[in-house]
Amino acid sequence: MTEPLLCELSISGRKGVQFPKPDVPKAALPANLTRQHLPLPELSEVDVVRHFTRLSQMNYCIDKGMYPLGSCTMKYNPKVNEAAAHLPGFAFIHPNQPIETVQGALLMMYELQEMLKEIGGFAGITLQPAAGAQGELTGVLIVRAYHQARNDLKRTKILIPDSAHGTNPATSAMSGMQVIELPSDVNGNVNLDALRAECDDTLAGLMLTNPNTLGLFDENVLEVIRLVHAAGGLVYGDGANMNALLGIVRPGDLGIDVLHYNLHKTFSTPHGGGGPGSGPVGVREHLVDFLPGPIVDIVDEGDEDTPPLYGFVTPKQSIGRVKSFWGHFGMMVRAYTYIRMYGPDGIRSISEHAVLNANYLMALMKDVYHLPYQRTCKHEFVVEGRWEDAPEIHALDIAKRMMDYGLHPPTNYFPLIVHEALMIEPTETESKQTLDAFVEIMLKIAEEARTDPELLKTAPHITPVGRLDEVKAAKELVLCCGLDSSPIAGTSVAAG
Amino acid sequence: MFIPHTEADREAMLRTIGVDRLDDLFQDVPADYRFPDLNLPPAQTEMEVMMELQRLANANEGISDLICFLGAGAYNHYIPAAVDAITSRGEFLTAYTPYQPEISQGTLQAIFDYQSLITALTGMDVSNASHYDGATAVAEAVTMAYAHFRGKKTKIVLSPSLHPHYRATVETYNQGTEVQAFTPEIDLSAGPDALLPYIDGSTALVIVQYPDFFGRIYNYTDLAEKVHAAGGLLAIAVNPLALGLLTPPGEFGADIVVGEGQPLGIPLSFGGPYLGIFATRKEYVRKMAGRLVGETMDNRGQRAYVLTLTAREQHIRREKATSNICTNQGLMALASTVYMSLLGKNGLQQVAELCYHKAHYAADQIAAIPGYSLWSNSPYFHEFVVQCPLPAAEINAHLLEHGILGGYELGKDYPGMENAMLLAVTEMNSKEEIDLLVDILSEAPHD
Repeated sequence: MTEPLLCELSISGRKGVQFPKPDVPKAALPANLTRQHLPLPELSEVDVVRHFTRLSQMNYCIDKGMYPLGSCTMKYNPKVNEAAAHLPGFAFIHPNQPIETVQGALLMMYELQEMLKEIGGFAGITLQPAAGAQGELTGVLIVRAYHQARNDLKRTKILIPDSAHGTNPATSAMSGMQVIELPSDVNGNVNLDALRAECDDTLAGLMLTNPNTLGLFDENVLEVIRLVHAAGGLVYGDGANMNALLGIVRPGDLGIDVLHYNLHKTFSTPHGGGGPGSGPVGVREHLVDFLPGPIVDIVDEGDEDTPPLYGFVTPKQSIGRVKSFWGHFGMMVRAYTYIRMYGPDGIRSISEHAVLNANYLMALMKDVYHLPYQRTCKHEFVVEGRWEDAPEIHALDIAKRMMDYGLHPPTNYFPLIVHEALMIEPTETESKQTLDAFVEIMLKIAEEARTDPELLKTAPHITPVGRLDEVKAAKELVLCCGLDSSPIAGTSVAAG
Repeated sequence: MFIPHTEADREAMLRTIGVDRLDDLFQDVPADYRFPDLNLPPAQTEMEVMMELQRLANANEGISDLICFLGAGAYNHYIPAAVDAITSRGEFLTAYTPYQPEISQGTLQAIFDYQSLITALTGMDVSNASHYDGATAVAEAVTMAYAHFRGKKTKIVLSPSLHPHYRATVETYNQGTEVQAFTPEIDLSAGPDALLPYIDGSTALVIVQYPDFFGRIYNYTDLAEKVHAAGGLLAIAVNPLALGLLTPPGEFGADIVVGEGQPLGIPLSFGGPYLGIFATRKEYVRKMAGRLVGETMDNRGQRAYVLTLTAREQHIRREKATSNICTNQGLMALASTVYMSLLGKNGLQQVAELCYHKAHYAADQIAAIPGYSLWSNSPYFHEFVVQCPLPAAEINAHLLEHGILGGYELGKDYPGMENAMLLAVTEMNSKEEIDLLVDILSEAPHD
């Protein structure tokens, strides 16, 4: 079931789109800057639409079924979000337009900022960061700028628990910070003794994912934050796991100084096969001046007859911009739509049901899949994908076998502190019936692991392709098809 | 709505868990802060929220209401209907990052197609699966060059005619690093040769734009040779649509090609999401950040695609990774792939030429208006700088009264250029629109 590549489908002379002939006189083309070969494929619209439709059918997706990927919050993406983002008044406005012509867009952004402040307990929000990792970079640079502004220059140490996402240490290193890994204690919390030992005058901050990637809410969170603050550091919150906390607790109220949201997780904007995301950052009062600019604010209050005028402002000690323009506006429209549909009580019910679903799955699975931390979980939990009486079976085999049952596997081999980890996050949008069917399959696979391990080792069997030779991919490094090396003869585009 | 539980489901599930109420699941959250009252606007039905959003959208005057001559990093191009039809398919839209290749071949092969088209367009060997946008792709080029020289070369030379947002982003990214990125104060009207005095043995990377921020096009072959002679690397930030017509930067000897992919079938959407293009030479592939898709075989002997060289990335290397990038612009890369497939060799060339001819017609007409002149006589693609007899902001206010979105006011980024505006002309601008622009500009000084 191999689909040809675009370059293999190309037939010389075929066209997918026609454009009008020029209605102005032709100008002389720049002689020494006109390309001689343009080795792009030649296809009809039918070719293109069928190619990509066939490709699409080789994908799993949330529209098809449950996606229990831990820490990814693959919830259903409401269709109304798409309709809203496609409204011509949003999709077809230029980022450099005068603010007077885009008041609707700016008002929406302002309101979204206000809602994200309220949900997280923050005093300021930037919508600019493009994704969670960029939100982290923004946050760590804000932490750095805060210490620099106080002339507290020796604070370069960032503490990161060993259960953290890989982006946390990568971000800190990118920001020029020194990374110190903190161990977790036996209950999956931050190890307080290890934390105390690092709380000195070089401490810039702690990056805390709470609930952590084990799905556990840190039972000592207030003490953790108190210790960091007492040492003069700041606490960064990784909002990847915010789907557990909406309306449950506000990170800002706990003392978390800065946090990034993932609109593409918590607020239902689609993942798009790997983006675009959107990673707004919230901060408490003392960090508002360091936010990246520009952010949306009221630039003219107006009066009884004139509505307020929204525009862009750059905070006084801003770390600067982190990307072009104002952020992923299209994602903001979707998130705004989503929050508006839920309202305050609905927002809380999202997290309640995300946590209900995770605990329900955990309760039904824990007798068969070893659960390393026996606690009430939040929106996700981690089990081990290994059994003593099925020694050759690994988490990977379980994951691959799940595909034969039409399921997407959970996150596996993460967090690193659990052996053969299977990290499961059902989200609130899955029904009891879907979860029951999931458990039934998981129990069946556990049984197959004992009775027919080969079935797991060779899985998946019914997918478009089987297990791939990843070593060959990395060794031979074929990263594009061959059109580039054989320019199509006699196609001088300068002749146009 | 989107939470399917019935009361009976909830009760049965709580019983299975062994608790009485939903609240019991949150006992580990500090009681003093648990269950805050959120001051959010009340819930709305889908019908109500769409009416509200329609009202907000209608409060904007977009490019369907106004005649657009605005560019400066984002451009108004025609997007064939098939692009949205494909990217709106749930199988692409609602899929996760393709970490499980057996059930993600659609996304993986589409990225492989994307990588193939980008390398063909730029004349480079390899492309990654995307960065966030043009600005962050430039910032990642800096990080890559710095890592390539293992910190031994720290100087980064940014051309002043590189987009101001790109330069600002490089600065932001490097406030905590050893990288010394700077924009030399040279005559803006000068060509790339003016950068040469600033390039020496400590220069890791020189970054120029093509067409540059002011729309000008230069042959950078000589610059590439001089940068290489000094031991550094050259990155060129491109408008990929212009490459339908122009010499690919790979032929100049660029080591890294980055760019803003928005012109390739991505809606303006008030500035994002867009697409960061990143391509380089084979020898630097292991230093390149971001995801990469490689071809391989499956255990049934079929050709198949998989994320490869992942050991460079943050989820494996953690603090030793050169970049923290994770989520990128998958769907936007798909949009550009569909766009490039539909237009193909002939269509992309045709659009680029339409832009070129229309821009040159517009520039010629405007230059003939008394009081107006072209700021540069260098060759240009589809954007050019006009010196106006009045501050550009005043001219633009006048144009807007006539339903025209005028050019970008360069005084915002370049002190002293308050009377200059950067106009962009694309295939979307008819001769009638250009003639109207010329008419209104002719009136403006006399108001």
